[in-house]
Amino acid sequence: MAETLKFHYDVDGDNFTSAGAASVEVKRKLRQLGLDAETIRRVSIAMYEGEINMVVHARGGSADVYVDKDGITIILADRGPGIPDIDLAMQEGYSTAPDNIRALGFGAGMGLPNMKRYTDEMKIDTVLGQGTTVTMKVFIHPANV
Amino acid sequence: MTVRGLKEALDLSAFALPEGDRDVRGGYAGDLLSWVMGRAREGDAWLTIMSNANIVAVATLADVSCILLCEGVEPDKGVAGLAAEKGINLLGSGRSVFELSALVKELL
Repeated sequence: MAETLKFHYDVDGDNFTSAGAASVEVKRKLRQLGLDAETIRRVSIAMYEGEINMVVHARGGSADVYVDKDGITIILADRGPGIPDIDLAMQEGYSTAPDNIRALGFGAGMGLPNMKRYTDEMKIDTVLGQGTTVTMKVFIHPANV
Repeated sequence: MTVRGLKEALDLSAFALPEGDRDVRGGYAGDLLSWVMGRAREGDAWLTIMSNANIVAVATLADVSCILLCEGVEPDKGVAGLAAEKGINLLGSGRSVFELSALVKELL
């Protein structure tokens, strides 16, 4: 890949059943690019968790994915309520998801921990009342190509 | 063993079987979707009682070989069609998660 490929998605905050559409689409595109299965899996799972978070907590947002020869960068931005305590939110099992979301099988408090686990770098910028931007990077390891 | 082989051996009902030749490499049981995505391995048969549309996305992203709906649970309206469209094998059984897990394990 000589240049950076860019993909942009709007994540619909009102349609919970279609949540994950952007992640599934990114997975398909990365497959077409011939990336290794493990890298694709890590990227798409991390992105899906972030996408679900935006739908559950922020009524949607935007997802931008950049692919170059070194790796994949995912930037998820929303205008939701922000995260008051990032350390707490990063704890496995901690969740503020409402009951109707839990009934669908979400809200296990594993979203942010999974995003961290599956990416090489993760940064959270959040401002209360204004929104949250999560930037994740997955390197393409030479051994995996 | 293939997903189709598993269906026949365990008398599973097929809600969608678009990729019946996929190999079943292992199994994972769970209903918390993030937990499943974090722990299930590629090629696993995923045993669950969750029946909403999000299971199709989770199965796609986690690369499981099939979803096995246990306890006689049927997929929500439209979910079988979505699974067929996305290439996800969606099967069902009246057995409990525990019972079906043990049977799957024995076959692999």
